[in-house]
Amino acid sequence: MKKHTPHHDGAQRLPSDPALQVMALESLLVEKGLVEQEALDALVDTYERRVGPRNGAKVVAKAWSDPAYKARLLDDCTAAIAELGFGGLQGEHMIAVENTPTVHNLVVCTLCSCYPYPILGLPPVWYKSPAYRSRAVIDPRGVLREFGLELSAHTQICVWDSTAELRYLVLPQRPAATEAMGEEQLASLVTRDAMIGVALVAVPQAGGA
Amino acid sequence: MNGVHDMGGMHGMGAVLPERDEPVFHHRWEGRVFALVRAMGAFGRWNIDASRHQRELIAAADQLRMSYYEKWLAGLTELLLRHSFISAEELASGRATPAPAKQSPALPAQKVPGLVTRGSPASRSASSPPRFRRGQRVRARNLNPTGHTRLPRYARGKIGAIDRVHGVFVFPDTNAHFRGEHPQHLYSVRFEARELWGDGAGPDDAVYIDLWEDYLDPA
Repeated sequence: MKKHTPHHDGAQRLPSDPALQVMALESLLVEKGLVEQEALDALVDTYERRVGPRNGAKVVAKAWSDPAYKARLLDDCTAAIAELGFGGLQGEHMIAVENTPTVHNLVVCTLCSCYPYPILGLPPVWYKSPAYRSRAVIDPRGVLREFGLELSAHTQICVWDSTAELRYLVLPQRPAATEAMGEEQLASLVTRDAMIGVALVAVPQAGGA
Repeated sequence: MNGVHDMGGMHGMGAVLPERDEPVFHHRWEGRVFALVRAMGAFGRWNIDASRHQRELIAAADQLRMSYYEKWLAGLTELLLRHSFISAEELASGRATPAPAKQSPALPAQKVPGLVTRGSPASRSASSPPRFRRGQRVRARNLNPTGHTRLPRYARGKIGAIDRVHGVFVFPDTNAHFRGEHPQHLYSVRFEARELWGDGAGPDDAVYIDLWEDYLDPA
């Protein structure tokens, strides 16, 4: 934020340190009565502590455990996640896409960084990076390789570019040897990256978990 | 606009660098910007499309250099000035001038849970049947508007097939410029990777893009 073109008035008039800029802007808006600090605290707390990928993991674990729920999830994801109490901001319209032995799904937003907040929280830096946004659609296998995931040439890769207000959840494949696990234990295996599609859910170590 | 934000298919952006145990916010100010955007957006003076477009208007070289939340800060600041929530003088001095008559926040703390759990749906009721049906072949129009659009460059002129009919949604191209919501049918369109990228792409791979009716012609 050190240099700006003349038409970019807003940032141009601000000091160069974003921490100082934000502090000054917040105090100005509070002084004017436009913003309540407690509301800002509550928003930050919501996404730092309450809403994150553990929500999505519960959805996936339930879908693995309950075929009727999985059918509802694939049919109407918004309603299905609402059954577990999830939904709202940046998850108003949800779609679940299922990984199978022959199809692997990957989610991106090439135009900005749209992401399903209610089930995954806020997006990680790499998801918002030019590298991911530019390459996920043209070189998905190369991107997956950088995450350590090498898919068979026979696996069909379906990339979902979130250009509208629909938000995507990848339903990963349930790993083998997890038949005895309950939903809670299954949920502990499910990672954020698997629900974006840049990872698979790992097979737990024999005798472990 | 054919801006640098429209990144799908570009080369030269480097490797994807995942961070282990990444925090939600790397600095306290990032969380404050995130929250300020929501708190000021709650006044309803602009919409999500206008907000996205404001960030697209950041000079290309700056966009590439700035972090995500720096772009949010720059976009928010510009919107606050444009919509007269603050003046340039106030921004420079950090003080309200003259001392303000106390206004009411649009998002008091007790409204935060409602904002988070309800969001703001972009679907609207349908007033006409969808023009396209599942399985139908369509061509993305070769549109190059100077304003906001959600039709990525890499799809323009390409042929795909309707995969899902999503229903009717607010049209960003007009909404971003306060020219009305113009709700219309939205579709998930499946493009074969080879249609988009040529023979070097995986023969069975595909990209699904959510596209509004005004972006599509029958093919």
